[in-house]
Amino acid sequence: MNPEHAPIIQMKNIEKHFGSVIALAGVSVDVFPGECHCLLGDNGAGKSTFIKTMSGVHQPTHGEILFEGHPMHFADPRDAIEAGIATVHQHLAMIPLMSVSRNFFMGNEPVKKVGPIQLFDHDYANKVTMEEMKKMGINLRGPDQAVGTLSGGERQTVAIARAVHFGAKVLILDEPTSALGVRQTANVLATIDKVRKQGIAVVFITHNVRHALAVGDRFTVLNRGQTLGTAQRGQITPEELQDLMAGGQEMVELEGSLGGTV
Amino acid sequence: MSESAQNTAVTDERIKEISPLRKALIRPELGGMVGTVAVFTFFLLFAFDSGMFNAQGMMNWSVVSAQFMIIAVGACLLMIAGEFDLSVGSMIGFSGMMIAIFSVTLAWPVWMAIIVTFAMALAIGALNGWIVIRTGLPSFIVTLAFLFILRGFTIFLPQVIERKTIIGGVKDAAEGDWLAPIFGGKILQGFFQWMGDAGIIAVFERGTRQGQPVVDGVPMLIVWAIVLIIFGHVLLTKTKFGNWIFASGGDAEAARNSGVPVNRVKILMFMFTAFCATIFAVCQVMEFGSAGADRGLLKEFEAIIAVVIGGALLTGGYGSVLGAALGALIFGVVQQGLFFAGVESSLFRVFLGVILLGAVILNTYIRRIITGER
Repeated sequence: MNPEHAPIIQMKNIEKHFGSVIALAGVSVDVFPGECHCLLGDNGAGKSTFIKTMSGVHQPTHGEILFEGHPMHFADPRDAIEAGIATVHQHLAMIPLMSVSRNFFMGNEPVKKVGPIQLFDHDYANKVTMEEMKKMGINLRGPDQAVGTLSGGERQTVAIARAVHFGAKVLILDEPTSALGVRQTANVLATIDKVRKQGIAVVFITHNVRHALAVGDRFTVLNRGQTLGTAQRGQITPEELQDLMAGGQEMVELEGSLGGTV
Repeated sequence: MSESAQNTAVTDERIKEISPLRKALIRPELGGMVGTVAVFTFFLLFAFDSGMFNAQGMMNWSVVSAQFMIIAVGACLLMIAGEFDLSVGSMIGFSGMMIAIFSVTLAWPVWMAIIVTFAMALAIGALNGWIVIRTGLPSFIVTLAFLFILRGFTIFLPQVIERKTIIGGVKDAAEGDWLAPIFGGKILQGFFQWMGDAGIIAVFERGTRQGQPVVDGVPMLIVWAIVLIIFGHVLLTKTKFGNWIFASGGDAEAARNSGVPVNRVKILMFMFTAFCATIFAVCQVMEFGSAGADRGLLKEFEAIIAVVIGGALLTGGYGSVLGAALGALIFGVVQQGLFFAGVESSLFRVFLGVILLGAVILNTYIRRIITGER
């Protein structure tokens, strides 16, 4: 993290109520360009609600979102995407039956004019897809290879590459590694590192402390709809993070009974 | 040097070289192409002398195939977008009946009857789509309801208005109309007359039409089929909107996340299916000169079968307009070919069931190849 940079997105005292349920009870997080900000929390901690607020799916009940210093009100996800906030979902990112190239440009199809009609510029799409995949270290048989033939980690990488190619300034990754094997996880983490070095802010949601510590610059832990603070890299140990996520005391007792292996 | 080094560098030892056969298999049109070749080989061998391949015979199965093609194009794009329309057959009957009621009973000019009918059909298609989107119900159920609703009106309206279930006299009403020939006319008449004069095709030897060729032109029905196939194919494979059709049917949620207007795509495809059904209906009414309450019966299933034979997946997201057109061609050639070959026509249904089952099994297998599922 670079302290003289201004935060690209500031979430101030965000509250979100669903009827009588308080999902978020005043959460504040700043995200800086070029940092990987890990958002940790156990199931039900409010991580999903929080990132959905950031990506325009939910509107906050109270609180303020500042994007590049200006207050923002996202009416729907398209507003957030246009502003440069891209979300990569764990499962709902790619369409297996479609080719990598068609997936890559889905919703952003390049067109060329042939007379009065606009046609999908397949040549351009194929070329860009192959280049971008090469950059990310994925070997395609061809741009027409179906996404269904890629591994889970490769699909995440394609989705990340796509978001970056279309100008994302903030990249929200919703548990990108939770369903992946060791090797694929490593690939996705390496991709996150590459993206961060390009100056893009990465918000990395996970409940795996080791994945977070592998790439994270700062760590915010959510518990029962509240933040327990943001820690810098190097200022916190994996054990402390784990305890924060689980809400402290009970976890210590549990861990004792399990021999400290969790 | 660097080029070859690059190439060896990108070879992954775990990606098996895929054989050209497997590569060809994942083209959705393959089944349709093989089927077309097989069907033509069969009838050339066993029914060549039956008159199936002279000018009249060819026109006979071409017209039947073109009818299937027109509705198959609509059903194909809708199926790829992830939805069904079971109301196609009823829509054919309903549209035809509306044209007859407007032009004969109400004595409107035929062009006005046609335009108003198209507008009504598009509105009903949009309503189908809107209900499916708003309720989240399977399109199967929603359009099944419309199958009965539209058919019911198609029988009810002429009985109340004219006390019969067939309304004739459309031909007289269409006399001199500027729009009607676009659906009921013929083209290339000069060319066919020339072929008749030159002895390439047979001519009538006696009667009032002596000297005229037995086939005097290409019906507009066939022209519409070709135009719709080309339009559908280009739309699906060469445009931005085509990518949205694939995406909407492949995974609507993922498509929405990427900014594809899935609801709009699906509703437009329901409207296009209704449009195709109405083209079919107008051509038929102009040809017969009448509209009957039972027109278009079971056409929705025939359209879906043609699309499936053409390689589309029932679950959406994958398929081809050219494949669907070949499926329709197989359908038409076999239906008429069995008649020429003197085979009991009920056996056509047996053939249909068998080929449908075979096509679905093949498609499921191909899907596994594409998505790498095991």
